[in-house]
Amino acid sequence: MPQHIKLKRGFTINLAGKPEKTVSDAPPSDTYALKPTDFLGMIRPKVSVNEGDIVKAGAPVLFDRKLEAVKYCAPVSGEVVEIKRGEKRKLLEIKILADKEIVYEEYKQYSISDLIALGREEAQEQMLQGGVWPQLIQRPYGIVANPTDTPKDIFISTFDTSPLAPNYDILLKGQGNFFSAGVEVLKKFTEGKIHIGVDAKAEVSSVFSEAKGVVTTKFSGPHPAGNVGVHIHHVSPISKGEIVWTIDPYGVVQIGKLFLKGVYDTAKTVCLAGSEVSKPQYYQTHSGACIDKIVEGKIEHRNVRYISGNVLTGEKIESTGYLGFYNHLISVIPEGDEYEFLGWMKPTTDKLSFHRALGLLSFLNSSKKEYVLNSNMKGEERAFVQTGIYEKVLPMDILPEYLLKAIMAEDYDEMETLGLYEVIEEDMALCEFIDVSKHDIQGIIRQGINLLRET
Amino acid sequence: MNALRKLLDQQKPLFEKGGKLEKFYYAFEAGETFLFTPNSTGGKHGTHIHDAIDLKRMMITVVIAMVPALLFGIYNVGHTHFLAVGELAEATFLDKILIGSIAVLPIVIVSYTAGGLVEVVFSIIRRHPINEGFLVSGMLIAIVMPPTLPLWQVALAAIFAVVIAKEVFGGTGMNVLNVAMTARAFLYFAYPGDMSGDVWYYLGDKQYADGFSGATPLGLAAEAVAVEGSQSVAATLAGFQDGLFTFWNMTVGLIPGSIGSTSFIAVMIGAIIIIATGVGSWKIILSGFIGVYAMGLILNLAGANEYMSMPPHYHFVMGGVAFGIVFMATDPVSAAHTEMGKWVYGFLIGVITVIIRVLNPAYPEGIMLAVLFMNVFAPLIDFYVVEANKKRRLQRATV
Repeated sequence: MPQHIKLKRGFTINLAGKPEKTVSDAPPSDTYALKPTDFLGMIRPKVSVNEGDIVKAGAPVLFDRKLEAVKYCAPVSGEVVEIKRGEKRKLLEIKILADKEIVYEEYKQYSISDLIALGREEAQEQMLQGGVWPQLIQRPYGIVANPTDTPKDIFISTFDTSPLAPNYDILLKGQGNFFSAGVEVLKKFTEGKIHIGVDAKAEVSSVFSEAKGVVTTKFSGPHPAGNVGVHIHHVSPISKGEIVWTIDPYGVVQIGKLFLKGVYDTAKTVCLAGSEVSKPQYYQTHSGACIDKIVEGKIEHRNVRYISGNVLTGEKIESTGYLGFYNHLISVIPEGDEYEFLGWMKPTTDKLSFHRALGLLSFLNSSKKEYVLNSNMKGEERAFVQTGIYEKVLPMDILPEYLLKAIMAEDYDEMETLGLYEVIEEDMALCEFIDVSKHDIQGIIRQGINLLRET
Repeated sequence: MNALRKLLDQQKPLFEKGGKLEKFYYAFEAGETFLFTPNSTGGKHGTHIHDAIDLKRMMITVVIAMVPALLFGIYNVGHTHFLAVGELAEATFLDKILIGSIAVLPIVIVSYTAGGLVEVVFSIIRRHPINEGFLVSGMLIAIVMPPTLPLWQVALAAIFAVVIAKEVFGGTGMNVLNVAMTARAFLYFAYPGDMSGDVWYYLGDKQYADGFSGATPLGLAAEAVAVEGSQSVAATLAGFQDGLFTFWNMTVGLIPGSIGSTSFIAVMIGAIIIIATGVGSWKIILSGFIGVYAMGLILNLAGANEYMSMPPHYHFVMGGVAFGIVFMATDPVSAAHTEMGKWVYGFLIGVITVIIRVLNPAYPEGIMLAVLFMNVFAPLIDFYVVEANKKRRLQRATV
């Protein structure tokens, strides 16, 4: 029997615009992009192609000069049409005009039985060249894993509890064999265990149940129960000097495909959801797709915000922007750039609140009520005043207020001892949502992580 | 509302950078954000949706929780006025409210005005937004004063508290001491004649009725220590001036005292509001009362004099203990910040209050000094809670 961990702390945000369980083919996008900004640990990105070059899907186009072994590959085949840079020549996007038929860079193919006998070095070499390595994320810091490390354990969360989250059963339908193959490859990288966190409330999907030699733990409770960071904290917490790796189930499937099919296959199912989408559902596309064709004709209003990822941790993009490397969700919510008369005082049941202060009557609604929330800040930034609230949405033995203050004071010892090794932005996103003082908590966490990495 | 919004939009450039009234930007901003929630949205990264709460809503919730105490205070100041001058039988409800309002409202207005002005001046000089914290402090300062306090002293106390207890530390959220308690302590030590003794009955231009004494329950209880062979405190209180200080009367709050702190019932209504809304910590409130009761019991065991032998629950309804625990101790900034720390912090406030009341002959009321004392120790309590957390984490470290 798998261990069942029941989490009490957290808050599930029930947004309107959940997807139906149908999957359609999205009209193919013209352009696809690889965004170095998606890779948080990347310090000195370097493009290895020029505008006008023709590339195959799975051909290396980018690397980090601090971690040269890891190659970032083209998601589709075609012509490199633009290498977009921002201020101080910061590399923003490598855009590829896609071929109608994708041509793949070919890598060595293996059978399942080959994989069992495969050695770490050989597997690692193929993963580094074949574009799937960046799916491995290192904790602490939430950065792309370093191939020279050996992690204590590897963690995979098979469910997502964030608002409008897609269902992995649908995202990975029929790809159980690739998932099992991916897990088989991952086993070579750790002497510890491969941990899989599953949703205790749902039946374990056949995609995951076929994988052998993994340790399954059930989790139940409100968001962030699906966050891999929370799983790590409860199963095998990270201390100073320890490294664990995490990987998204889609990444595991990609690894499986690289070895079983011999190609870097970036086909992915994405979810288009949110209150502003006329018919929220799933679409077939490829990693890094321009979202214009996917959202075209499906958005009900004009003044909306497109987010690659979920509303808590995603990135705001344009209607012609590109899907992030790690995202399977495009959220569309109303842009809240409006003034509201006495908005801070009006009694309402329509605005969602974790708190019960004056006039915030959303707690009277049924837990099934769905909310339409816009991007307004609902107040101004202030000093820390309310205490003891962050803990209520962070199911970890961490004192968030003290951790945040340690980062703001740039106190390295305190950051370490108060648990900065255990969290990344997504774990603290709910703290930012419920924050009375409207701090950029995720920004502060990344600032702290960057400080620790420098030392 | 569009017209109002338009008017603000027209005036806004005057206050923005380069405008004629640039210096007063934060004063303008305070007014603007009071009327309209700003149109600011989340950035490119970070959460794109936000909870509907902000500091304004949180602070106004505390103010609302204090309204029962304030309204009862207004009534009670009128009630005790007529009682003291011997005209209670003729006074109507409206008469009491009228007299109470004459005494109390100027104090509230002066407290808000004086403290608010300091806030505005600091926001202009230091270029920070005007803090909502004063919505609460302004009311608290007024409510813990005796109704007879000269208005200039109210103003002085409010200014002193905002400058010394808050702004020198960086404003709301940074202060070490509770602002309202600092205001009261300032007057208590600077103008003791106006803060203690015979100051709890608002007489207006009238005199005490013949034979009426201006004593308070705490004063009577303290006297019981000095007189050998006196009867029990409960009996003394119950027999005083036709049952003025019976336990029930003290619970209702129809007794002399600081404006808003006499009624245990009104304060408890406020407690329910701040606990239900989560803006005040129930842990501090509960542990505070437990602390008072526990120390009361311990003194019962010692029983060296009549005051020590007083039933512990009398402490809840005498003086400002309930008000202090519910509204002063729970100030989130000056209280302990950790959840474990809140238990210790509240408990010690209760204990120290009773110690000061019963064992220290100089100060009949203990809650003010207990809260200020524990404000200073709150960071130390938190320090040990945080250390324990770090220790747990270090125990599993391998390096």
